Amino acid sequence: MNLKSKDLLGLKDLSPEEIKYILDTAATMKYVIVSNNKKTPHLQGKSIVTLFYENSTRTRLSFELASKYMGASSANISASVSSVQKGESLIDTGRTINRMGTDIIIMRHPQSGAPHLMAKNVTASVINAGDGMNEHPTQALLDMFTIREKKGTLEGLKVAILGDIYHSRVARSNIWGLIKMGAQVSLAGPATMLPPDIERTGAKVFSTIQEALIDADVIISLRLQLERQKKALFPTVREYSRFFGLDEKRLQLAKKDVLIMHPGPINRGIELTSGVADMESSAIDEQVTNGVAVRMALLYLLTRRGTNETAN
Amino acid sequence: MKLLIKSGRLIDPKAGIDGVYDLLIDEGRIVEIEGDISDDGCEVIDAAGKYVLPGLVDAHCHLRDPGFEYKEDIESGTKSAAMGGFTSIACMPNTNPVADNEAVIKYIIQKAEQEGYVNVYPIGAISKGQRGEELAEIGELKFAGAVAISDDGNPVVSSSLMKKALQYASMFDIAVISHCEDLDLAENGVMNEGYMSTIMGLKGIPAAAEEAMVARELILSEYTGVPIHIAHVSTALSVEMIRDAKKRGVKVTCETCPHYLSLTEDACEGYNTNAKINPPLRTQEDVKAIIEGIADDTIDIIATDHAPHHADEKNVEFSLAANGIVGFETALPLVITKLVRPGIISMTKLVEKMSLNPARLLSISKGTLQIGTAADVTIVNIDEKYRVDVNKFQSKSKNSPFGGMELYGAPWATIVAGNLVVSDHILL
Repeated sequence: MNLKSKDLLGLKDLSPEEIKYILDTAATMKYVIVSNNKKTPHLQGKSIVTLFYENSTRTRLSFELASKYMGASSANISASVSSVQKGESLIDTGRTINRMGTDIIIMRHPQSGAPHLMAKNVTASVINAGDGMNEHPTQALLDMFTIREKKGTLEGLKVAILGDIYHSRVARSNIWGLIKMGAQVSLAGPATMLPPDIERTGAKVFSTIQEALIDADVIISLRLQLERQKKALFPTVREYSRFFGLDEKRLQLAKKDVLIMHPGPINRGIELTSGVADMESSAIDEQVTNGVAVRMALLYLLTRRGTNETAN
Repeated sequence: MKLLIKSGRLIDPKAGIDGVYDLLIDEGRIVEIEGDISDDGCEVIDAAGKYVLPGLVDAHCHLRDPGFEYKEDIESGTKSAAMGGFTSIACMPNTNPVADNEAVIKYIIQKAEQEGYVNVYPIGAISKGQRGEELAEIGELKFAGAVAISDDGNPVVSSSLMKKALQYASMFDIAVISHCEDLDLAENGVMNEGYMSTIMGLKGIPAAAEEAMVARELILSEYTGVPIHIAHVSTALSVEMIRDAKKRGVKVTCETCPHYLSLTEDACEGYNTNAKINPPLRTQEDVKAIIEGIADDTIDIIATDHAPHHADEKNVEFSLAANGIVGFETALPLVITKLVRPGIISMTKLVEKMSLNPARLLSISKGTLQIGTAADVTIVNIDEKYRVDVNKFQSKSKNSPFGGMELYGAPWATIVAGNLVVSDHILL
């Protein structure tokens, strides 16, 4: 099997079979990360560039280590040090990177759709490492990988996604991916942080965190982006925490073996208490390891597919 | 030489004409309309099987001249208008410098006299620099030749300034055109707020951003007793409120554009920046309401809002792309294809919306084929099908979401003041 597209732009565009294939491949990669000799030949002779127009620690490091574990030549560009500051257009930057022999461009950008524009203009594969409020597909893949590893399946599971859904690309990618894989998705957050018509994706929307938590198998708590407070989407952090924070008491509403996840970095005491973050049922640390495995799988699958297609 | 248009179906709602006639033009004016006119000494245009209409009048376009000639200029813009069957066009003042003073208005008029292919009527700004702070010299604008005032592109945020603009403009009997957008509600959105904005992860502009200001303008017009014209209406509730206000006797007129009756927000899919405009493309329910509003005359005018942009301003991230689409060369075919051929409106009504009513709004003596008027004529075969090719546009810019679409009724000939400017789809 091969992935249909040369790029990974979002889970909106992947079939359930493709998602399963990526997760299955990631399972084989995970052995490398925990082994004593973290080196495979999968990406030997391949060239990978990360192009980040936004700050990132874990996503970028995760991709970088994934490339290195598999023997690729990799380089990193931050928008702050590139010619973007001189006013170069995204397409021109992309063409330049492309013509240096790059096989994969891993890109994070504050504008939704920026990786899509890049993908149309380069022959290299483009991996979306987060675009605006649109998608963060590798985060959702690692979330699904973690759930599947812990629960054995995704089908029929009840997954509650809590917090600022409106601005969250993690939420959007998870909604697409989880629903395709047969999970039920419940969303809860302040009414000012719910995107319009989101229920048309098949997700259920609740106005209290309690309703969304009932019988949940998995909880994905989203990071509250504190800078949003200036935009009057919620009155105070204190009030947010009181009505939408995840604590031990609210956790009782979920299933006993509920899995707790968070894309990080956590605001302890705001979207979830330290007690919840550090519980045994928390998979937050495991998510980080799985992130490397999923990214190794993707890099391998996209390079194996070849990059012979021409840009349109 | 005399020009004789033979055997076309003449439509002129002002003169009450709908029938097959010959039309004779001499020295730039319409001199005779009869069942059979001798072709002695005439250049003859055979219009059998075609409609012969008063030249189309566009109440809302952007010619980008002065200041943004890399997008369009008066020459290219008027060529594009002629290809679209428009013989008179009114251009918005958001140029650089802004058309908020006599000098810029005169520059546009003079340049159009020298290089224009059709009649150009500048619209002046409501406020100095379109900044919404102080009134522009509206009286001087009028005497320099401005046919209306508008801060189009920018809404007039201050309600008190808008009230004063209406009161002040009424002294000079000049139309006030309002771009309705509550910027606070629009919150820098880039497309319609709804399911599509949600799944594309883009900031939405709610319909309420338009409707809130439409409501304000209706109230201000009623309060001052001064007419107001609402530009580019795009939502169902805007149509509903205007319909209601007209019933109450408010002196409101309004326009929509061909894209609001033919496209929805779905056109933005795949981050298609050629579908990025302001107000944004809305939903199917809005399209339905716009069409109903046209059919029941709530909407008086169909204007192009021709808004050329350079490819470099569109071939970027969706959020950063310029707003607007070119409209001259697809407007008439879209209205024919979407409204006339399906039987929603008659050709008479099309002429009202695209020629007579815009001429009335701008107080220009156009929109009719009456004897003695300047011979501005558009000839079209509404059964002729073609595929839109943006590369063939006369406009400098190609930012259209209609490329590749099959439409009917591209203008076959355009005559301006008795001169054949377009003949058999070719610019002369």
